[in-house]
Amino acid sequence: MTNARKALRGVLGVAGFLLVMEALGRTGIIDPYLIPLASTILTGAARLLTNGEFLSQVGVTLSSCAIGLLLAVAVAVPLGMAMGTVPAVERSLRPLVEFLRPIPSLALLPLAMFLFLSGEQGKIALIVYTSCWPLLINTLYGLRDVDPLAKETLRSFGFGSYDVVRLVSLPSAAPFITTGVRIAASVALIVAVSVELVAGGDGIGVFVTQASSGNRRDVVLAATLWTGVIGLLVNSLLAKAESRLFRWHRARAGEEAL
Amino acid sequence: MLEISDLTHSYGAYQALGGVNLTVAEGELVCVVGPSGCGKSTLLRSIGGLLRPTGGRVLVQGRPVEKVPDDLAIVFQDYSRSLFPWMTVADNVSLPLRRRGGDRRSRDTAAMEALEQVGLPAAAGKYPWELSGGMQQRVAIARALAYKPALMLMDEPFGSVDAQTREDLEDLVLQVRRSSGMTIVLITHDIDESVYVGDRVVVLSKSPATVVGDLRVELPEPRDQIATREHPDFVHLRAEVGRLVRGMRSGGPAAAETGAETGAEAEADSPELDPATAEPAPVAPKA
Repeated sequence: MTNARKALRGVLGVAGFLLVMEALGRTGIIDPYLIPLASTILTGAARLLTNGEFLSQVGVTLSSCAIGLLLAVAVAVPLGMAMGTVPAVERSLRPLVEFLRPIPSLALLPLAMFLFLSGEQGKIALIVYTSCWPLLINTLYGLRDVDPLAKETLRSFGFGSYDVVRLVSLPSAAPFITTGVRIAASVALIVAVSVELVAGGDGIGVFVTQASSGNRRDVVLAATLWTGVIGLLVNSLLAKAESRLFRWHRARAGEEAL
Repeated sequence: MLEISDLTHSYGAYQALGGVNLTVAEGELVCVVGPSGCGKSTLLRSIGGLLRPTGGRVLVQGRPVEKVPDDLAIVFQDYSRSLFPWMTVADNVSLPLRRRGGDRRSRDTAAMEALEQVGLPAAAGKYPWELSGGMQQRVAIARALAYKPALMLMDEPFGSVDAQTREDLEDLVLQVRRSSGMTIVLITHDIDESVYVGDRVVVLSKSPATVVGDLRVELPEPRDQIATREHPDFVHLRAEVGRLVRGMRSGGPAAAETGAETGAEAEADSPELDPATAEPAPVAPKA
């Protein structure tokens, strides 16, 4: 199936879902007061585009995500590299990572709010914490998966271990690290909005809370819709960048899903 | 050029090399054959300084191998893993030259020259994975050539290509050797190949490997895929090497020693290599 046809199927699926929801609402099977009509949500979403308050809240959420993500990359990628290249480092840090990783980030919210002066800082701290894991794990596996023969080839020409990391390990782990960034970006958005919903401050989550207390379910859903669209856009942009930058990786891995 | 004496290596309890003795003169093309799993690659990695053998000595150009020797290049069997997929063919070929310094332009020129030598100047801007297996191995050979090593080690270099490509690559190696005069040690499990390409064929026993045969190949030059292979001497040598590889005439310690230590100077060119090899006794480990 061609890409265009695949995309068309996807559009048809979404349109079908919206039509069904609209029909269920109009026929009264679903009370439009509880869940607004699809058309109401869509027009509400379109109206949000000119809503300055909403746009500035989106800006706050996105900048928290960006700052958090950058900090996470700065921490997790070097750490993952150390763990992926030096077995002793991996063995000593692994249990700690395995323990910390499954802790739901929201469970750390009270601690973050206590430790950091502003809510914004606490939010960023939680984004860093949560998005570190996919980055760390992907970097670690990317480096551990570097073909030993590729490293040996470079060694056979007399290159030292620093050059092997620089010329072989990093480029060959780069696609994995980039995938880590993409996953971390989705996670960052989820954590940001969750923290805003729970702890307030500024951001999309706060906008949603306010709309909800004003009993504007259509606005709540319209804002939620945009959050989903933002997540989707960020993910697909990064995925596109990945496949463009690392054409060699896909060509080599064949059908490997990215 | 290369002197190996009493080289042993064990992986834990498993002994791969049981005392290998081998001398290779400057400009020689020596093929090392042996049954699979006999420690051929271990031998090559010890020469290349990629592995520290548990015993014995390896001298390259008179210097003991402690780290990777300066003037040495290795061509591995698995070209698809040994070439870097994120670099173009030209960048792959010029990469080892970075260690020697020099500016980018001179590296690029050297890479182009090497690619011309292997008949692939048109592939310079492509990526390795866009090429066929045989072409990729040519690129790997070009990378070794660009480095202009005094000693080139080839580990089963044509083990992963089809028969026709294999013949082309064998001829390429012969041609490269003629034009550059470099010393080449080629490891293979293919008996025909070892006789066709080599000036000398060194036969290793099953592990723990020792040298059980060292035969000088004197076939008319230049070698030709058809004419050489039907030459009576070729047929004869091939049978002899085949017997040695299968251990049918593998000798005791005596055979291993004479075969190994006399090296190139030995009159080991005749099929009746050594009377001691007549008995089908298993190879006794060297005392």
